[in-house]
Amino acid sequence: MIAGIRTGHGVRLVTMLLAVVSLCLGIVLGSGALSASATETPAPTPTPTSDFTNTLTITGVLRDGDTLVPGAEITVEGGGFSETATTDDAGRWAVVVPEKGEYTVTLDPETLPDGVELRDADKASSTVGADEWLTNTLTRSFPLGADTRQTTGFFEQFLQRLAAGLNFGLLIALAAIGITLIFGTTGLNNFAHGEMVTFGAIVAWIFAVLLGLNIFVAMVIALVLGGVFGYLNDWLLWRPLRRKGVKLVQAMIVSIGLAIALRYFYLMNIGGDTKTMNVGLSDAVVLGPVRITTGSLLSMVISVVVLLLVGLFLTRTRIGKATRAVSDNPSLAAASGIDVDRIIRIVWVIAGALAALAGVMLALYRQVSWDMGFQVLLLMFAAVTLGGLGSAYGALVGSIVVGLFVELSTLFIPPDLKYAAALVVLIVVLLVRPQGILGRKERIG
Amino acid sequence: MDWGNIFGNAVGELISPTTAAYALAAIGLGIHFGYTGLLNFGQAAFLLIGAYGFAIPTLAGAPLVVAVLCAILCSVIFAFILGIPTLRLRADYLAIVTIAAAEVVRYVVTTTGLTDFTGAANGLSGFKGTFAAINPIPDGTYGFGPFTYSSYDWWVRIVGWVIVILASVLVFLLMRSPWGRVVKGIREDEDAVRSLGKNVYSYKMQSLVLGGVLGSVAGIIFILPRAVQPANYTTGLTFFIWTIMLLGGAATIFGPIIGSMIFWVVLSLTQGILYGAIESGALGFLSTTQAGQVRFILVGVALMLLVIFRPQGIFGNKKELSFSV
Repeated sequence: MIAGIRTGHGVRLVTMLLAVVSLCLGIVLGSGALSASATETPAPTPTPTSDFTNTLTITGVLRDGDTLVPGAEITVEGGGFSETATTDDAGRWAVVVPEKGEYTVTLDPETLPDGVELRDADKASSTVGADEWLTNTLTRSFPLGADTRQTTGFFEQFLQRLAAGLNFGLLIALAAIGITLIFGTTGLNNFAHGEMVTFGAIVAWIFAVLLGLNIFVAMVIALVLGGVFGYLNDWLLWRPLRRKGVKLVQAMIVSIGLAIALRYFYLMNIGGDTKTMNVGLSDAVVLGPVRITTGSLLSMVISVVVLLLVGLFLTRTRIGKATRAVSDNPSLAAASGIDVDRIIRIVWVIAGALAALAGVMLALYRQVSWDMGFQVLLLMFAAVTLGGLGSAYGALVGSIVVGLFVELSTLFIPPDLKYAAALVVLIVVLLVRPQGILGRKERIG
Repeated sequence: MDWGNIFGNAVGELISPTTAAYALAAIGLGIHFGYTGLLNFGQAAFLLIGAYGFAIPTLAGAPLVVAVLCAILCSVIFAFILGIPTLRLRADYLAIVTIAAAEVVRYVVTTTGLTDFTGAANGLSGFKGTFAAINPIPDGTYGFGPFTYSSYDWWVRIVGWVIVILASVLVFLLMRSPWGRVVKGIREDEDAVRSLGKNVYSYKMQSLVLGGVLGSVAGIIFILPRAVQPANYTTGLTFFIWTIMLLGGAATIFGPIIGSMIFWVVLSLTQGILYGAIESGALGFLSTTQAGQVRFILVGVALMLLVIFRPQGIFGNKKELSFSV
């Protein structure tokens, strides 16, 4: 950090902040007009659950797969009442009953056409309870033919979740490496990183869906614009703040403010609904017991390639080595002739580009919404903290652990708690090993 | 543009129970951050625990006192669970862990598996009976101008602000006491306090519990005029409380109260003015929904400018700053 408060920067900072906001306004206001033409999925029409007559009916449609079954006999008995209905050409049957009582509905398997059988021979009858009569019409169905639903064993589900978790972990890693590089070189916990992810997703959505470009072209555009966005972040906000000598906690709260402003700015421009990222990458590929979409497969391959490139960059190139040197000790790096400010600028560009790429992958994985980045921000922080703040490899390991944990936990707990599970792991790991998995002890202070 | 109505609404925010609840939550956060230097980013969880800790027993038939005590007890337990793993960590780890813990709590009350207890995403309502029953104000409408409310609304406001004032007095007395000096010493230099033989960990925990209890009481005040909605307790709530605390001044007595009043009055004013401008056609490119969102962009920008240019807030003393990390 470059310490020392200088006067005269105040006015400049205000102008710069205004410039950031107005620039963003300029970029995205154009998209505001576009979003109006976005395709919206129509809301499903609700099926009527009750009619307004006083007739009490037990009804149903008999079908074998997609074919309707006519001529089968269904008997409704109960409370001294008994009546048999025959299914019509549309497979429909209905019995009008006298009161809201208990009945047994039985299908006569003998009357089914040849080749059609009950899926479960002992489920030829079902009961209607007196307390079920909340509406005047009740339905009963009899599953026929072979089971077409997918029943998967625990092991298949495990593999399926494993693949999804790996995919999710890899795309968290893409974004988390940016967080950890920024933290390593500047000490800043960037809470606005989630908004950089959202930025990439929105850019890709604008170019791929609204403008109809090829998804790969859109991906490259998002990557480039993400880098530009990262550069602007540093140039307009963080570099002036470093010059001003703003403390780290202060800077962290500034990033929270930036995150709030950007998030609501996205919301204002694209609206609160979820945008579908329908770019033809949702075909399923079967790899052994695992079904995965081409989009997910592609995103895993791209993630691995990009992560390898980042690894090579950090270990093999001069700038990469300088980055690690700055992470280690900025003063020593500066003393040995490294331009610390330039390295930090490069780190912001890389972080912005990687976050945008992660945003595109996330959009392919789970559609586009204004707060999508913020939803995964805590998981990214969890990944970085798990791996050890400031360590790039730690971020990779931590991300994969978080990704796997999020997906595998759904085997045991309700899916709406899967993020909570990952965050609980974070808290538990910090209890046992506060410096994270790959972190060094001196970093916990 | 109906300026009378716009100002009326804005002035009404000055004494609204929501303003009181945010002020109280900010007073609690002030104990954590302003006086002790703890970066608690999970204050929303304390409000949530206060709200559910009060609403669930009340709906189960518990009397008012029991429900309030239950809410306070739950927040104390949560403070311990939060503090044990995190208070030994460095400040920014604490920030991430508290924010994570707050989200975990929110996911847990929103999960459909607990619908019978928490109402899942729909939340809870119908818990106002025990509080309304001890309302001494006879039925009817009282007040003048923009301050005209029903008897229940006055009751909520009076109780809310009395609690806020009591909490302010408590903080004032505490921070003049030896306990307050130790806590402020921890903020300035933890190691120095440790070398004086004080148990820093224990003092931090006491501070976390105290601020958390104030947060949970704020959670009760917050739900008295409305229903419990899990969506209200996102990290956004925490950030707004932070904005309010920093606006007034983190380590000040009146800061959180004035900060909360300014925050809500300005939000109400901007909403009124933006809506008015849209209706009169001056801002034709915005919809009213978008105008609501513009206000939060302003909150974000205001938070940035505040922290950069006046981190001590309106009332704060620059020497009493805990941005020491």
